[in-house]
Amino acid sequence: MWKWLHPYAKTENAYQLCVTLQPWLWLGALLCLAVGTVWGLAFAPQDYQQGDSFRIIYIHVPSAMLSMGTYVAMAIAALVGMVWQWRTAYMSMIAMAPVGAVMTFIALFTGAAWGKPMWGAWWVWDARLTSELILLFLYIGVIALYGAFEDKQQAGKAAGVMALVGVVNIPIIHYSVEWWNTLHQGATISKFDQPSIAPEMLWPLLISLFGFAFFIGAVTTVRLRSEIVRREMHRPWVQKLAQATSENS
Amino acid sequence: MQFDSFSAFLDMGGYAFYVWLSFGVTFGAMILLVVLSFHQHKGLLKSVLKEQQRQVRIKEAREKSHASSAR
Repeated sequence: MWKWLHPYAKTENAYQLCVTLQPWLWLGALLCLAVGTVWGLAFAPQDYQQGDSFRIIYIHVPSAMLSMGTYVAMAIAALVGMVWQWRTAYMSMIAMAPVGAVMTFIALFTGAAWGKPMWGAWWVWDARLTSELILLFLYIGVIALYGAFEDKQQAGKAAGVMALVGVVNIPIIHYSVEWWNTLHQGATISKFDQPSIAPEMLWPLLISLFGFAFFIGAVTTVRLRSEIVRREMHRPWVQKLAQATSENS
Repeated sequence: MQFDSFSAFLDMGGYAFYVWLSFGVTFGAMILLVVLSFHQHKGLLKSVLKEQQRQVRIKEAREKSHASSAR
């Protein structure tokens, strides 16, 4: 069942896959982000309580959801690296980490800028906010741990363990609004029954969500290519690639 | 369009500062990430090429010194 995946354990194939996927991911990201942002900012109806400040939702919710999604993807990559001893899996793990960290930062920042007019405070030590901040530290920890090792295979293993252990934080973030008394409002779209949002507000939000997902994919492919080049510097195919790029530019 | 005029759009119902700050920082951070990622990739490829040329020069110098010592 997973046989189709095997060729991509080879770095050269993984690199080629990134090159092929990249233009489509960028196109998707650009289109969805443009449509989602314009629709959300200018065409979606006002919130009856929060007025126009609720429009921050169109970047806050996608970035927050995908900061967790990227973390799970990163942890899965770490697990694959450990179980099947795939070097490319560790490389994708470390390619994703900075992207996820930026998403977490965006979620925290937009949350603060939304909290100020609505709650009257940029920051409160609330369960949801604190667990999301811990997520940012986990990302930074994974990046720092990976950077601390000279031997990158060892680095991948160590950072991978940290990424896997940190997964416990994901359900904590998700259920924090239910388990604790919190200022943060409950889930908007990831509820199993019915999303508590009007369809004309939901559509731009979903498009935005896809835009962020495409964006994360696109940046990850760029970063994965870099990681492969860094690790495989002395392979003939990388050297040929470097020559080809210098001739083109 | 939910707004009567462009200036009303910019005003965001009085929340202009918070809304535009959020969107500005978000897209600023995303663009910065993209630029840095591409920049890093280009730099890496360049350093690979440099290292390669250095290896070639080392090899040439070695062969030259071999040739001169053989004489």
